[in-house]
Amino acid sequence: MKVTLFIPCFVDLMFPKVGISIVQILERLGHSIECPRQITCCGQPAYNSGYWDEARGVARKVLQSLEAAEVVVIASGSCGAMLKVFYPELFTGTAQADAALRLAGKVYEFSDFLVTKLGITELGARFEAKVTFHDGCHGLRELGTYDQPRKLLGKVRGLTLVEMQEKTCCGFGGTFAAKFPMISTAMGEVRCAVAKATGAEYIVSNDSSCLMHLQGLLDRQRSPLKTIHLAEVLAQS
Amino acid sequence: MSTASSEFKIQARRLTADLHHRQVIQTALGKYEVVRDKTKGAFQDWSAARQAAAEIKWEAINHLDKYLPQFVERLEARGTKVHWASTGTQAREIILAILEQKKAKCIVKSKAMTSEEIHLNEALARAGYEVVESDLGEFIVQLRQEAPYHIVFPAMHLARGEISEVFTRELGSAPTQNPEDLTLIARRVLRQKYLAADVGFTGANFAVAETGMISITENEGNARLTAALPKTMVTLLGLEKILPRLEDLALFLPMLSTMGTGQPLTCYNSLYSGPRQLGEPDGPEEYHVILLDNRRTELLADAEQRDALHCIRCGACLNVCPIFRNVGGHTYGTTYSGPIGSVLTPHLRGLQEWKHLSYASSLCGACTETCPVKINLHHHLLHNRRNAARQRPALGEKLAFRIFALVMNHPRVYGLAAKAGRWLQKLHPLVKGGRLDPARAWTQTRELPPVASQTFKEYWRARQPGQ
Amino acid sequence: MNERESILARIREALRVQAPRAGHADGQTGESPGLPDAAAMRRWLPAGGETLDEQLALFAKNATDLKAEFHLLQTPQELGSRVRALRDTEGWSKVATHRGDLTDLVCQELNLPVCHTDTSYDPAELESCSVGITQCDALVAQTGSVLLSSRSAGGRALSVLPPHHLVLARREQLLRDLPAALELLKRTYAPTYPSFISFITGPSRTGDIERILVLGAHGPKKLTIVCV
Repeated sequence: MKVTLFIPCFVDLMFPKVGISIVQILERLGHSIECPRQITCCGQPAYNSGYWDEARGVARKVLQSLEAAEVVVIASGSCGAMLKVFYPELFTGTAQADAALRLAGKVYEFSDFLVTKLGITELGARFEAKVTFHDGCHGLRELGTYDQPRKLLGKVRGLTLVEMQEKTCCGFGGTFAAKFPMISTAMGEVRCAVAKATGAEYIVSNDSSCLMHLQGLLDRQRSPLKTIHLAEVLAQS
Repeated sequence: MSTASSEFKIQARRLTADLHHRQVIQTALGKYEVVRDKTKGAFQDWSAARQAAAEIKWEAINHLDKYLPQFVERLEARGTKVHWASTGTQAREIILAILEQKKAKCIVKSKAMTSEEIHLNEALARAGYEVVESDLGEFIVQLRQEAPYHIVFPAMHLARGEISEVFTRELGSAPTQNPEDLTLIARRVLRQKYLAADVGFTGANFAVAETGMISITENEGNARLTAALPKTMVTLLGLEKILPRLEDLALFLPMLSTMGTGQPLTCYNSLYSGPRQLGEPDGPEEYHVILLDNRRTELLADAEQRDALHCIRCGACLNVCPIFRNVGGHTYGTTYSGPIGSVLTPHLRGLQEWKHLSYASSLCGACTETCPVKINLHHHLLHNRRNAARQRPALGEKLAFRIFALVMNHPRVYGLAAKAGRWLQKLHPLVKGGRLDPARAWTQTRELPPVASQTFKEYWRARQPGQ
Repeated sequence: MNERESILARIREALRVQAPRAGHADGQTGESPGLPDAAAMRRWLPAGGETLDEQLALFAKNATDLKAEFHLLQTPQELGSRVRALRDTEGWSKVATHRGDLTDLVCQELNLPVCHTDTSYDPAELESCSVGITQCDALVAQTGSVLLSSRSAGGRALSVLPPHHLVLARREQLLRDLPAALELLKRTYAPTYPSFISFITGPSRTGDIERILVLGAHGPKKLTIVCV
């Protein structure tokens, strides 16, 4: 099928390898990819800060660009939640209300697209390492993504998955990380400690914003623990 | 930035760096989580119970105009004097009037967060009354002249040594590290107060409309004694505590205990329907019930956030909140802390002054997931943010987001900004972490990833020659 | 307009706008389905036991977990010897109680000084008693609770002021769960309820000091239930 890829702004700028991995995986599966150049950001920073008019300014462009898409795949749980859960709320009572609902119906977070929509878990991937999985909160609680990444990781040759003892937020929270840096850092430190306790070499996640935050702390701590996006793991063979 | 907001940031900075405090709270809450999960697991269908609880509170709150008068009528029919207070000030005046009329000297109190909300103890002390908190946790923080740390566990932050110290200092008791001995000291002191008090003051967990009853949930027995011995009893409650029917307690008593403390039921769940009745040998001769509004009707009028009034004050959302766990209960500077406090306080005390609590969240949603009555907590934080920005936009921020929208809507501008960022980055090490660093909020504690040498868009464009 | 009227007016005005349906974040409005009945609640709450034997076993287990003592007597004749044994083990010197078929019997058997709380009494005298002996309205298997009231248990203070609370119950008083107990209250007392009703679930306790369990915070440190 024709898959429209929504690569969030920070993935585009700082983690392009995540997007490239997704393209490789989907093309290997025989799908054709479309990346509308007009799409840059889902508008979440403005939305989360309470500036919904400004958020709508960006979101309207996204709605337009994706109107014709058959199916939209997003590389991040937080942007996925923005399109699927928050756009309908953002556009309630406006002319775009229906368009928002239509878009919500065809948006998939990457792991959900593979497992739920395509019914695929085996990708021929190989990644020799002990890893743990961090569920981004938006993906986990707004989109209900939990089993899908684990099913995919379960089929990766050479990979051992160890679960963390608790499910807590990494502390990124978008603008929260800049507005309340001390709380954000404390939360991230707690999360890194829980991850380290698993003895894993890598923290894998389906949300690059979480990984950016955790890696930033791990680098400051000069920890050998590394972070990697789920798509990058699955693209390895 | 309001003073409350700056104070919050100062305290948050201090507490998040306090690793001992972090450890104390994680340990306490870790123990709670284990028992909570076990007790929840005993429910045959927790999910269905939770949905039903949400529906029962929806019914109560959305038909408050019917249930509140019914509740009052039933209470008044059995001899209770019911008072209505629009504001905290009015509630305090009503209480002071009762105390004066009864020529009271000593008041014994069982736990009532609503009384904290209206700053009752300070008002009573100023008026010269002796007020004694009888709940052990409240008794301890009262002696330390501190606010309660948590709505269910007021002394959660204290080690036994600190408790022993304040007992020795204020009560003259011998120092001890033994929790049983410490409890015995409090028990002995408070016993005398129950017997001597003129007025017993309580809060309420639920108000049953059908039968006109106040329901009080506790473990220690201090509320029962407060309601048994003094000649006059006063109960203060928020008007949102209503449950429609007596049988609703079969669901709410266990759910409150399960999420509040991890117990299937607390030791005492008592129902009070009036003063001493004919033929009863004890109990108060006079019973006063005070219904408190204090801006709850304003929240009621906000249909989008009305379900925040469904709250049964179990404290579960505090317990799972990563912000609460790292900054602690006192940092909020409010009666109600944690997620429910962050949702409510802007409504009860003022949006502009208290909006920062709604911003101090990563929106992880653990609170909404755990709430036994399914309040849409973390989404209400977003609603508060939107309402605050609409009412009084921060012009700098609004402008920044206008520019943000402009850049994001024009791919060429975005592309140029990316190139510029890549170039400016080379200069970043010169200012990193210092006062000139624009990314200082991040780089103070974290490394920042670089803009990639080839962004995804650049890669994609390179792939399609001729585009 | 007095405060009552202005508050009710504000409430009515506020409720003119509909709120989204319960437990739904999607903004759908409209009335919720009807409120659940006891049968529905019974399906979701922890199980209360189907047969009397199951319920007795469940009550006994719960009582033990709660650190309450539960004595299930095979014959009513055992009551005397059992309470005398308790008296001797605990070292009771004075008892407080109310008049009733079981309590009168037990008082005779104990042969100790008695403080009766059926009519007005001296709280200081009650405070000096070793044990408060009461009957009850019901035992609840699901939760291990004792249901009593100011009418069935000698007032409000008898069962909470002395350091030991002894409950005398009959097998027929065992109920399955909380819905059944609340139904019983309605059947027994409506519309003139006792002014005080309580579900007592174990001896008094607190976790306020470092989350460590301590028994006997303000209420009785010991709870003994004897069932004939």
